[in-house]
Order: sequence, then structure tokens, then C-alpha cells
Amino acid sequence: MNKLHTMALVAMVALSAAGTQALAQTAAKGTTKGANAKVTDADVRQMIESSFTSKGPATVEGVLNQDATQKACSQYPDRSKVPAAVAKKVEAAELKQVKYPADNNWIGDWKEGEKIAQNGRGMQFTDAVGGTNGGNCYACHQLTKAEISFGNIGPSLYQYGKLRGNSQEVVRYTWGKIWDSNAFSACSNMPRFGHKGILTEQQIRDVMALLLDPASPVNQ
Amino acid sequence: MVSPRNTRRNTRCSPRRMYRAAPAILAVAAAVTAIATTLSAPALAQGSTAEELAKYRQMLAEGNPAELWEAAGEELWKKPAGPKNVSLEQCDLGKGPGVTKGAYAELPRYFKDTNKVMDLEQRLAYCRVTLQGLTQEEATKNPFSSQGKPSDIERLAAYLTGESRGVKMNVQLTHPEEKRVYALGQKMFFYRGGAYDFACATCHAVDGQRIRLQDLPNLLTSKGAEAAYTTWPAYRVSQGEVRTMQHRLYDCLRQQRFPEPAYGSDVITALTMFLAKNANGGTYDGPNMKR
Repeated sequence: MNKLHTMALVAMVALSAAGTQALAQTAAKGTTKGANAKVTDADVRQMIESSFTSKGPATVEGVLNQDATQKACSQYPDRSKVPAAVAKKVEAAELKQVKYPADNNWIGDWKEGEKIAQNGRGMQFTDAVGGTNGGNCYACHQLTKAEISFGNIGPSLYQYGKLRGNSQEVVRYTWGKIWDSNAFSACSNMPRFGHKGILTEQQIRDVMALLLDPASPVNQ
Repeated sequence: MVSPRNTRRNTRCSPRRMYRAAPAILAVAAAVTAIATTLSAPALAQGSTAEELAKYRQMLAEGNPAELWEAAGEELWKKPAGPKNVSLEQCDLGKGPGVTKGAYAELPRYFKDTNKVMDLEQRLAYCRVTLQGLTQEEATKNPFSSQGKPSDIERLAAYLTGESRGVKMNVQLTHPEEKRVYALGQKMFFYRGGAYDFACATCHAVDGQRIRLQDLPNLLTSKGAEAAYTTWPAYRVSQGEVRTMQHRLYDCLRQQRFPEPAYGSDVITALTMFLAKNANGGTYDGPNMKR
């Protein structure tokens, strides 16, 4: 992670005392008034260190050492409440992290993409280190008409390519969105599949095909 | 409203009666498992999972298999055991030694003797150590059953939670330590980290959301927190086991791509405190039954 990015975001979080306020607001919406105790980041850190053990691909360090975006977004659990200035900085910093395919090869095989979209395995403490991860797209998105078991945390992507076409702009944006969702929407719920090494470049090509290939069932 | 199940429980005289009912209950459980299997077929999956579950519950109104766990747990609770060969009956779950009725609905809470906020299962382990003379390691062994390895802890938890059935959740933040643990749980709920950047809030802070077809409760609202918290532990039809709140959170953290939480660790108690307090006012209705 680049140092400038870290510094910029840490400064931002410190700047926005609204961070704690945002938490309090969310809590007040529920039935959670009454807890006025102050707990510090160090308290949370100590609790995490004493409670968890690294296992398989899920490490204590991976949770303890939040990057600047994770840190900032923990202050604003409600994405619609992230101040515009903070969001802009998160997005700009994340956009710099997107790696576009060096060989200019953007679109793979939609059939492989469909398998990746269905597969929810990977990165859990019960999984092997270095195994092949899924993208688990259907957990949150509608994609094809045939798969009716889909979640709704993300928008429907049915007819994604048919509605948008496959101009260079659309292709580049889609790649970037899969690589690092936060580059286009700060504190997105969607994992940063490329940046965090969840999917390989080839897997992303295949998911791109599922979304953009006119022959893909997504675009029927 | 008094459900038929509550009435039956109140009139039941001994655990032995429960065992006589066992074959019937197990037959129903088998039928439910069969239905659960067919239910995963796409054609049926179109209906809301919640609706289908409501149907199971109605069908099983006369016999949730969890009652077998409750009965076995009651026996374990009352049977002298451990190096000291005493029962757990004098365990203080917060309402005084020996009081089990309604104790779970007030947990987690601060305990003076340990100077700590404890959830049910931490307290249970404490009693097994202090009363029965087990080591901490023995008292926390095999918290989640697996094939051929039934868990005493799940059975004891089923019994003790069942002792609060019909009681309104009433978790207090009076002691400064209770306030602190709640605040830690709240902070943890929103804490994003790991490979997927997930927090609990990623899936549980908005109404009407689903993973695939699984409905996700909004745990920040009293409605969502009540519905979720008051129905654990639960007999999991898909697993054929009663799973506890400790197990539920363990499995959530696994799916969150967080590392493995230790059984009875402080992060589980903090999250439990946050959820239990948010569920205050809801009528406790566990051990329940779930997919």
C-alpha cells in the first residue's frame, strides 16, 4: 500500500470527528442508546489480538492491520453518510491501485466466468492457503435469468453488457470496478477482487466475459 | 400469547417423558430434513425462505428436536460430575446460585466474582471449573458437536436458554464494564478488515437484504435484533444439530473472512452483548429451529 495514500486517509479520518458521530447516529437509529462508554482503537486491537488465531488464509494481521480505506470506512458504516470529501479521496487513492491488463487482453471465457460467479469458496479460515477462490457474484447480484438463487446487496447485473455496450470506456470501467470497487464507490460493500488478490487476472477476464460478451447468458 | 409448545413444557414432569417422545420427534426431524433437501431445488426455492421456515415451524409445533438437547442438558446440569463430583445446580448465572429461570434473558452481564462481563457459555465454563473442579481446558472442550462427537456444552446451553423461554430480553448496561463491553461490540460490528473488507454491518445493517436466498436480519433495528437473537440456539435442520450463539458468531466470522475466534473469547462476548442489548424487549423463544 502506498505511503502517501495511507497518510492522506489517516489525516482525513482524524480530521473528521464526524467519524464517531456517524457511529453514534447509526446506533441511535436502533435501540442502542445508553452506551456512553468510550473505547479506543487500542481496546479493539487488544480484543482482536486476544480473541483470534490465524488459520489458513485468514490471518490476525489481515484484520488488525487495516489499510487506510478499511479504517476510514469503519467510521462510516452507512455508505450514504460518507462525507463527499472523504469519499472523493478514498476513490482517488483506490483508483491508483487498479492494474489494467498489460497485454490489452480484457475479455475471457464467459463459461468460466459463470463458474467463478457461482463459486463462493476461498479465503475462509477453513480453506487451504493458495487455493482457487471464487468470486461469489451471485451472493449479492442477479446475473443470468436462469439462476434464481441470487442476493440483493448489490444491483442486478442482468443484461449488463446489453444495456451498456462494450465501448473501451465501459470495458475499462468494468475491469476497474472488479479490481477495486472502492475506486468508484467509496466504502462499497463489494470486495476489491484484484487489489486484495482474491481473483487472478485471468479469472477477472472470465468474469468480464460473463458481463460483457454478447453470447453470455447475462446478455440474453 | 401462550403457544401450545409452552403449555406442554409447563405441564411436563420429567426429562424421562421427553425421551419417550423421542422416536416421534426424530421421525418429524427426518421428514423435515427431507423437505429441506427438496427445498433447495430451484423450483421451490422461489418462495421466500422465511415462508417455508414458517411452515416447518408450524409442522413441528408439537416437537422441535431441540427439546431432546434441552432434556439431555437438564440431566447434565443436575448430575454430579467432575473431580469434585458435584452438579452444576448451584451455579450462579447472575440471578443467584441455582436460579436458571429467566437468567439467560439477562445475559451477558457483569459478574463481581470474576470482575468480568460474561456470556452464558463463559459463565457455564466458569461454573464447571469452580464447582466441579474441571480445568478451563476441560470445561471448554468440544463446544460444537461434529459427526459422532456430541457436545455437552450445546446440550447444557439448550437447557439453560430454554429456561428463559417466554421471558422478555432484559440486558442491562448498568455497570461501567457492561457499558464498555457493549461499546466494544458496537465498534467490532462496524470494523472492516480482512481479505474481503467485510464488517458485520456489511450484511446486517440494512432491511430486506439477502445473500442468495437467505434473508439477513438488520441487527441495528430492534425488530431485526429481536428476531435473530431470541431464536438462538436453534436446531439446524441442515445440520441435525442444535447450534448456539457462540457457534452462530463463529460461523459468521468465518464467512466474513476473519480468522478463527477462540471459543468463549472476548470478541464473541462483546458482539453478543451488542446484539442482546439491541434485542431488549423481545420475548425469548429459544431453542428454536432454523434451516
